[in-house]
Amino acid sequence: MADIISPLPGIFYRKPAPDKEPFASEGDRIEAGQAIGMVEIMKQFSEVRSEVSGTLERFAVEDAGAVNPGDVIAVVAE
Amino acid sequence: MTFKKLLVANRGEIAVRIIRTARELGLRTVLAASEPDATSYAAELADEVEVIGPAAAARSYLKTEAVLGAATATGCDAVHPGYGFLSENAGFARAVADAGLTWVGPAAGAIELMGDKSRARQAARDAGVPTFRGSDALTPADDADAIAAEVGFPLVVKASSGGGGRGIRLVTEARELQRTLEMARAEAQAAFGDPTVYLEQFVSNARHVEVQILGDGERVIHLGDRDCSLQRRQQKVVEEAPAPALPEPVRARILESSTELGRQCSYRGLGTVEFLYDPVSHEAAFIEMNTRLQVEHPVTEMITGLDLVREQLLVARDGRLRLNQQDVTFTGHAFEFRVNAEDPASNFLPSPGTLSRLDWPGGPGVRVDSGVVTGSTVAPFYDSLLAKLIVWDSRRDDTIARSIRALGEVRIEGVKTTLPLLQAVLSRSEVRDVVHSTKFIESTPDLLGVSS
Repeated sequence: MADIISPLPGIFYRKPAPDKEPFASEGDRIEAGQAIGMVEIMKQFSEVRSEVSGTLERFAVEDAGAVNPGDVIAVVAE
Repeated sequence: MTFKKLLVANRGEIAVRIIRTARELGLRTVLAASEPDATSYAAELADEVEVIGPAAAARSYLKTEAVLGAATATGCDAVHPGYGFLSENAGFARAVADAGLTWVGPAAGAIELMGDKSRARQAARDAGVPTFRGSDALTPADDADAIAAEVGFPLVVKASSGGGGRGIRLVTEARELQRTLEMARAEAQAAFGDPTVYLEQFVSNARHVEVQILGDGERVIHLGDRDCSLQRRQQKVVEEAPAPALPEPVRARILESSTELGRQCSYRGLGTVEFLYDPVSHEAAFIEMNTRLQVEHPVTEMITGLDLVREQLLVARDGRLRLNQQDVTFTGHAFEFRVNAEDPASNFLPSPGTLSRLDWPGGPGVRVDSGVVTGSTVAPFYDSLLAKLIVWDSRRDDTIARSIRALGEVRIEGVKTTLPLLQAVLSRSEVRDVVHSTKFIESTPDLLGVSS
């Protein structure tokens, strides 16, 4: 199991835009370096990437939820 | 329509600004606040606070039902939207009016008209406002190549539903046109839900000037002009009033035609007509009109002695202007500096945190509109604007000297701010001599990466 950690404080989004598909869903196979969401800090957006390949086990933060640096955003089963 | 209790549907410095004037007018205020903002400085000043949702603006400040629900739940009979968020949302303006509350702003129809940038351009032309060479809204059936050839290259493709510098693409030669149009339409659809675009002549080295208007639906007056050319990434950094180095015939034309535009669309409340001014050809032309209170309104207040929020509330309440054009006089020169929680030394990285020290300057001609006090938390969820420092003096040169003095007195600890950029900008001869353009900050490497 590997945790994907938020590097920044802000709002976590699972979709690139409200009417778009999510970056990834629970149960998806993801590759190292793949974006699984993004964090908005003061109107600037940064993608959140997985450092490992595996199965996206679960999200620990809801869509449009607040995050702090170091918070676990999602868990990946390697 | 008379009202006694005002919902302030915003946050930060502008919420504080609105609460202050409302209190002077004897109005009770309710702040619609997100959860983290329920303990903000604005919340402390408001008579009541109503929590409208969690941190994300999409789930609080942008949620029309939650904001309107806060107004009705607390017995408010008027709503002031401030700027940003729902301030230019025609559907929200209509919902407020339909609920029997007073909307402090123009009629929904005027918001819709000006929100559609190609229709707004047409309305401006009809009122005699100078516009750049350009096209109407382009449909895929139009012969874009022929229309573009008439406009001339370089040109910009603009999204009809864009605005505020968003949804604009530059085309330098004819063979790029079709590809750029396709991309611009796809982008406009994704960003604004509307693929409509139009073409407009491109002007390099232009300045941004704008006219403040105030109307009651029948009579419309102007409150002078401003210059907002000092920008970074199409976001204003420093503004001033009056616009310097603007030939008097150009000034007269934009003031008069902006007022006429307001008259022709039966404009009620405060509005800003924005222009690009080409200092080489001495031509000013319409860009867009903002149908709300503007961030930089204090520079107009400093040179007119008026309280624009008061005038806005009085027009909404009484339905008519109490001022005539000849009541408005202009004295001196004012600058506004936006103090943002961003680090200019690290590419303007946002810098949230807790303000351990916050000392503002004083002395004659110095005003601070702040959304924070010592100990305030600067949350990462919203715009980075902390406060605005506004400085007035009788002449532009003197205002620059006073501004350098005032900026030098500011002490902020706990977050990084854009103060070093503001100081560096003011010391430039280009700014003193008014030979800068809207690209000046971005094209001057010495100004980027400055640190204290």
